[in-house]
Amino acid sequence: MLWVDKYRPRTLDKMFVHEEIAQNLKKLVAEQDCPHLLFYGPPGAGKKTLIMALLREMFGPAAEKVKLEQKTWKIDAGTRTIELELAMLASTHHVELNPSDAGFQDRYIVQEIIKEMAKNRPIDSKGKKGFKVLVLNEVDKLSKEAQHSLRRTMEKYSASCRLVLCCNSSSRVTEAVRSRCLNVRLNAPTVEQIIEVLELIGKKESLQLPPGFAARIAAQSNRSMRRAILSFETCRVQQYPFTVNQAVPAMDWEQYVSEIASDIMKEQSPKRLFQVRGKVYELLANCIPPEVILKKLLLELLKKLDSELKHEICHWAAYYEHRMRLGQKSIFHIEAFVAKFMSIYKAFLIETFG
Amino acid sequence: MAPLIPSSQPWVEKYRPKQVKDVAHQDEVVRVLTNTLETANCPHMLFYGPPGTGKTTTALAIAHQLFGPELYKSRVLELNASDDRGINVVRTKIKDFAAVAVGSGSRQGGYPCPPYKIIILDEADSMTEDAQNALRRTMETYSKVTRFFFICNYISRIIEPLASRCAKFRFKPLSAEVMSSRILHICNEEGLNLDQEALSTLSSISEGDLCRAITYLQSSARLYGSSISSKELISVSGVIPQNAVEALFVACKTGDFDFANKEVNNVIAEGYPISQMLSGLFEVIISSDDLSDVQKARICKRLGREADKVSTL
Repeated sequence: MLWVDKYRPRTLDKMFVHEEIAQNLKKLVAEQDCPHLLFYGPPGAGKKTLIMALLREMFGPAAEKVKLEQKTWKIDAGTRTIELELAMLASTHHVELNPSDAGFQDRYIVQEIIKEMAKNRPIDSKGKKGFKVLVLNEVDKLSKEAQHSLRRTMEKYSASCRLVLCCNSSSRVTEAVRSRCLNVRLNAPTVEQIIEVLELIGKKESLQLPPGFAARIAAQSNRSMRRAILSFETCRVQQYPFTVNQAVPAMDWEQYVSEIASDIMKEQSPKRLFQVRGKVYELLANCIPPEVILKKLLLELLKKLDSELKHEICHWAAYYEHRMRLGQKSIFHIEAFVAKFMSIYKAFLIETFG
Repeated sequence: MAPLIPSSQPWVEKYRPKQVKDVAHQDEVVRVLTNTLETANCPHMLFYGPPGTGKTTTALAIAHQLFGPELYKSRVLELNASDDRGINVVRTKIKDFAAVAVGSGSRQGGYPCPPYKIIILDEADSMTEDAQNALRRTMETYSKVTRFFFICNYISRIIEPLASRCAKFRFKPLSAEVMSSRILHICNEEGLNLDQEALSTLSSISEGDLCRAITYLQSSARLYGSSISSKELISVSGVIPQNAVEALFVACKTGDFDFANKEVNNVIAEGYPISQMLSGLFEVIISSDDLSDVQKARICKRLGREADKVSTL
């Protein structure tokens, strides 16, 4: 079992970070009065952990027995019937799904599936807890129509179904949905908190941590707890006992992106652009999300760049990132960014060095 | 069926005014509608305005007051965005409902019961243009027996031919005093303690949206018990604390890229919603003293463009 899962807090009482929020949630559950919830925060902040702990608090250990179901839904959309296949994680008390996986047909998922699920009221032997919890991930990726249909569904079936929504950016969730939920903002853990957790894990695994080692991992983790624990474990596998200045390895795709960045810096020509395209394709084929690639590429380029050019490059990165979200094929936009960068950088070089 | 948990109705529903005359702050609308109630005669209507100003409440209240609980089901059709409202629905469901003739107006149980039906289209601005176009003729053909109430946030999203067939009513954001009096009323009913500071915070963070104010109030009552301070309200509402916005503004003013970059990373890690951050930044820039008007205008122009990008899906 990975350490990330092994040391994931299982109950609200054992949360390392966000203790206050966990206690508040506990109070909500204790009062049997749970509103719809919307959790938002950057990746690795502990959204999922908190949700799982919350479900456990509500339903006891039964909520942890989840099974993966691949279900096909037939939806009657007036003139034609749409078939949708969607993976979902279900226990007897809750269902978790990613409605945005359905792409542009996500509206039907929200309208039909949630309605159907909410209509099937669970029956408990004690006659308690007459509601099911529906966990929806990545609501910020839902289309506008789907979010609109969510708002009424939430009100209509609120007696039998509680929604727990989870997303990175609450700006992309419509106001109407946000105002119907109790919003919970989860910030990323601070570097000190990450260090604390790493040291705790080190102690439990009975490892010798050289001073400052945890701090270096934490500094590289971008304030994501998951990242930090994963790279900690990678270090453990690579070399133990730890040495004082052992390098903390970056993810291999990150190294690849940084290679691309130095390629771009070295030569700006159509030929090089063609090579870069091949490499970007490689990354995309390995299921690295295009936004992440573009962001990392920007960060790598910024490291090597003259400070005069930085703000301009940032501007263009934002520009192409936006267009990428509007369009369907991400490769064009990444490539356009690379080309733009090359032209700006080359012009800069010619101007400075002649 | 498992029994309902003794849980609470949302306060928004619980304290929704049941009668047109109780609707707060929308004097003109209330005056016209009271008249309607007396004469039992009404045109097609279009309610527009920002969220939480009482549009849906008004529409539901007038329908209830016209027909009373008994006839309500057969005379009123309520559709909103979660019901499928493509062109098919307009062609079949709405048309079928609109076409049914109803008996002449005889007063039943003290309700006017006028001889027409009402179709309430909530969130009409999310209807497709095609669907709206398909409604045009339906509205005219059956205008003898059917009245349409459209409810929307943005009147510009309703196609002109539909808007011109309706009497338009603008709902204005609630003033701080009206809001405070409503909030205090709810606090009394629910036995909550709210000091003056918390009250003013609540009116400022909810920006004239009563629905939102009540939701915040209920959330914080659930979380923190019966005495609520302004700090707790802010934490529930997810408003960005002023010093975080100030810090970003200061970082932008230095013109130092790395410093600004660090601050931006911090904002992202704290998980503040970016759209709110931008509107917070906007406030700071507008009220800032050491920027010239031209500078402000140019910054705001850029800000507007970026804010637009942030919310596209």
